[in-house]
Amino acid sequence: MATATPSETVTALNDLAAYIESQLGQDVSDVVIVRDELSMRCRSSSVLRVLTFLRDDSQCHFKALMDLCGADYPQRDERFEVVYNLLSIRQNARVRLKVSTDENTPVPSATAVFSSAGWLEREAWDMYGIYFADHPDLRRLLTDYGFEGHPMRKDFPLTGYVEVRYDDAQKRVIYEPVKLTQDFRNFDFLSPWEGARAALPGDEKADTLPEGRG
Amino acid sequence: MAETQIKPLTMNFGPQHPAAHGVLRLVLEMDGEVVERADPHIGLLHRGTEKLIEYKTYLQAVPYFDRLDYVAPMNQEHAYALAVEKLLGLEVPKRGQYIRVLYAEIGRVLNHLLNLTTFALDVGAMTPLLWGFEEREKLMGFYERVSGARLHAAYFRPGGVHQDLPAGLLDDIKAWAEQFPKFVDDMESLLTENRIFKQRTVDIGVVTREEALDHGFSGPVLRGSGVPWDLRVAQPYDAYSEMDFDVPIGKTGDCYARYLVRVEELRQSLRIIDQCIEKMPGGPVKSTDRKVTAPRRGEMKRSMEALIHHFKLYTEGYHVPAGETYTAVEAPKGEFAVYLVSDGTNKPYRCKIRAPGFAFLAAMDFLCKGHMLADTVAIIGSLDIVFGEIDR
Repeated sequence: MATATPSETVTALNDLAAYIESQLGQDVSDVVIVRDELSMRCRSSSVLRVLTFLRDDSQCHFKALMDLCGADYPQRDERFEVVYNLLSIRQNARVRLKVSTDENTPVPSATAVFSSAGWLEREAWDMYGIYFADHPDLRRLLTDYGFEGHPMRKDFPLTGYVEVRYDDAQKRVIYEPVKLTQDFRNFDFLSPWEGARAALPGDEKADTLPEGRG
Repeated sequence: MAETQIKPLTMNFGPQHPAAHGVLRLVLEMDGEVVERADPHIGLLHRGTEKLIEYKTYLQAVPYFDRLDYVAPMNQEHAYALAVEKLLGLEVPKRGQYIRVLYAEIGRVLNHLLNLTTFALDVGAMTPLLWGFEEREKLMGFYERVSGARLHAAYFRPGGVHQDLPAGLLDDIKAWAEQFPKFVDDMESLLTENRIFKQRTVDIGVVTREEALDHGFSGPVLRGSGVPWDLRVAQPYDAYSEMDFDVPIGKTGDCYARYLVRVEELRQSLRIIDQCIEKMPGGPVKSTDRKVTAPRRGEMKRSMEALIHHFKLYTEGYHVPAGETYTAVEAPKGEFAVYLVSDGTNKPYRCKIRAPGFAFLAAMDFLCKGHMLADTVAIIGSLDIVFGEIDR
């Protein structure tokens, strides 16, 4: 286990990025290194090909899928992103692969390539409702038995829809709609003196003032 | 005599079972006493940490990390603090880095003490637990003296640590570190060559190098399978590059190898603790960038600017430049990582927590298949599972 100096790591990462791009040119896009982290995108149809290449190629050797997660960007056409974080122990390098999808388009399951993908995909399905095709056992993972909805989606409220309590009359735990004694408060902290661009009445000249004034 | 097909017996293990290490519900399909299929049901401790973090400012999200792996709380904060610092491009002063490394190693000892001794309890040895918890208690005292809390420390914060060490603490940690090797030797004399302990752990739950990587294992479980991989050495963070320590690896990949790796890691952690105390530099413990870290209280009473910074930081918080990072630390259990996406506001847009225990538990079916029921208990014990981080 050798420790590389930061400059060596960056050079190695640049070489790796160039190599991956030359080998997988048509499958991957946006191969970038930001803050010393290698990241790339690919279409969901080619994700298995890319993952298999990254795992098996002797210069990549990304043998471990450390993390797989969903992310929700509701303003995009394809609102979900599936993010694969791979680790190569031989190269001492990480790579991040991102795939976009929406509610209805399945992403091929990576379980055939990495065993660790099994539960991680179940979690992404549970939390975001991202469907993984050919997953051997795509059940919910973290939420309650019989739970409805996908709680990590941005349009799912933080408080949820139901709450549970033990009902002494019925002698069992019952589900009820959430009742809040105080409305949920979510403050807008984007302070107006930095963010707002709307002209106030009588303040039309503000824009003509030099930067930092007004 | 005609063959009759016997339907496998389905058995519930947990969620309230002392050997389940928390709230694990394991549905086992048994053929006699042999496990044919293990299906862990998790989520009984799911609190929606990741969702909650999306609604909190960067500073307010710190305490959620104590509640993940509550056995070694500060190691989780470490990953989050490093991730935020990476997005901010923030440099932590040397003293802050050393304090963090010191407490990360105390966390490692805390974690291994709990794991080794409860593991021993699961396979029938009670004394190590009683001895080990006495040592844990002393370490929690160190946590309390530095942060005011035994468990929910919220001590590692983006930019450094919250406060400087109180006077005399380093001497007390040094005094503790001098007597601790005696405990490790005593514990080893009870377990390492113990016939019952070895019968219960040797050749149980064997994982090869390739299988360990394929299942995304990390930490002592990966090293127990003979993979020399430790993020503290391979991708050093904070002051780890200045520390001199060895990375123990196991040869056999079974429960016993994982036990041996953890015992040796206790000793190596002590070496790091000694070096931290010896080399502890002076200076500030957190970044002096007042746009990220709050001023000291005394300063606040005298300076208007400090008062404004304090107010802004504890209401609005700081804005983190848009971007994303996957930042990992070598937590006691393995690779604990935070995948943090920032959209330029004062709250994380997405914060995925990669818990090492999640990968271990996901592989339960692979590990337990063909073993006896009693072996599943040994396997769970050797994997070091804590539900706070798995269910999140």
